[in-house]
Parts: sequence; C-alpha cells; structure tokens
Amino acid sequence: MARAYRWLFPHPFLTLLLAAVWVMLQNQISAGMVVFGLILGTIIPQITSVWWPDRPKSIRLGKMFSYVIVVLWDIIVANLQVAWIVLSVPNARLKPAWIVVPLELKQPEAITVLAGTITLTPGTVSADLSNEGHSLLVHVLHTDDPDAVRDDIKNRYERRLLEIFA
Amino acid sequence: MTLSMLATLGAALSLLIGSGFVIVGVIGLLKFNDPMTRLHAPTKVGTLGIGMLLLASILNAMAAGDPSMHELLIMAFLFVTAPVSANFIAKVSIHKRTCEAPPKPLKDGTWSTLDAPKDE
Repeated sequence: MARAYRWLFPHPFLTLLLAAVWVMLQNQISAGMVVFGLILGTIIPQITSVWWPDRPKSIRLGKMFSYVIVVLWDIIVANLQVAWIVLSVPNARLKPAWIVVPLELKQPEAITVLAGTITLTPGTVSADLSNEGHSLLVHVLHTDDPDAVRDDIKNRYERRLLEIFA
Repeated sequence: MTLSMLATLGAALSLLIGSGFVIVGVIGLLKFNDPMTRLHAPTKVGTLGIGMLLLASILNAMAAGDPSMHELLIMAFLFVTAPVSANFIAKVSIHKRTCEAPPKPLKDGTWSTLDAPKDE
C-alpha cells in the first residue's frame, strides 16, 4: 500500500502545487478544473521522478512561512539601500567584493533556496557553488566589511533554513 | 470615498513606486561598468519593481470588479526563474574570466565553473 502510494505520488507536495497553479491559471475555481489540475499533478511528478529521485525528508511549513516573511521584508529594505547606492555612489568609489560562504546545509533543495534568496535580495548575487558543494560564492555590489555580509547570510538565512529542512 | 476609488488610488501609487524602482534599475545597468556589478541592477528590477507593477494590476482589476490571480503566479514564476538566469550570467563571466578572479573556496578544491578538464 505504502509502495503503491509512493509510486503514484512521488512528490505529494508538488502534486498539490501543480493543481493549485493550474486552478490559478484558469483564474476561476470550478470542480472540473480542480480535478484536471489533480490529474496533471499526478502525471507530471510521475514522469519526471526519474530526474528527481530524492525528496526532502520533512519541511516545517510554519517556519517556512516566517522565513518567507523575513525574506520579503529584507527584499524591500535591501531594494531601498541598493537604489541609494546606485544613485549616490560613483563608480570609482564602488567597492564590489567576492565573498565565500561556507555551507552547513547539505540537501540540494535547501542550498537552492538559499542561493535563490541571496540573489533575490538586492546587493548580493550568488554566483557559483564549489565543486563538492561545501561553499557558495557570492558577489556583493558595495560593502566595506565583506565578513559582516557573510555572517549576516549565515545567521539570517542559513540558520533558519537548517531548522526548516531539519 | 468609495472602495473602488481607494483601489484606483492604490494602483496609481504602486505604479509610480514600481516604475521608480525600474528606472533606478535601468540607471544602474547603464552606469556600472563591470559585468558582475551590472548583474545587480536586473535583480532589483525583478523583485520590487515588477512586484509593485503587478500589485497595481491586482488593485486595478479589483477596482474594475473582476478580481484576478494571475499576477501572483507571474510573481512566483519570476521569483523562481530570476535567480537561475542571474546565476548563469555570473557563471559565464567567471568562465570567460571577464570579471575579477574569485577567491578559493574554503574546503573544496575549486569552483564548479572552473572545474573543467584542461586540454579541450
């Protein structure tokens, strides 16, 4: 039974997500569209599961929600800071820097979320991963103290992600 | 002051703020002179700028009495795809050595973009 369930729904969360996206694409809720969305959500994870064999053990949705709020707030604050940098700092005085963030996260999904968060918050872009996946290369637009930026990323985002993908 | 008027005002305000951020992003793209610093401008436009424009679209649809949810989907797709394209541009400039060489990683041998066979 459990094996049949695992075969039918390799990624249950993805199934629900695809159904929700389908309903939202229609822009109105009707029973037929929900059923069709669930059919799509069953077929697509099944035929793509070859390329995605593992799934995260457990995701704490409550912590994920507060993480999203923190990130959205940071995007707004960082946007204002970067807009100020663009308008006020001349190119000659700009201090871009590479920083290396040592990773404690192991799961690929968690590292993807962290890299995406770093890129979405303006002022930092995640550029590359080391060949064995233990460090993340981040480019900073303008900073006086690269170490502080690294500690900020580790304390603010990675610590929360470690709790979410526990 | 009716609700739909408030929504129209909100839409106008978010249009203004959104286009302000888009213009700052464009100025950044034109002003910076290095591929890696230039990359920072589009990520800003992609988040708050487009976000505010889509919020204006939601409010406007609400004021017209025809609520729409497509904007949330656009936002979600942008948030998922923007980091990927930024990452690819960064990888290309590392690979082509058009930017300052990155420092060595702390634990592993090298960055995955530079980890290529020598004789090719």
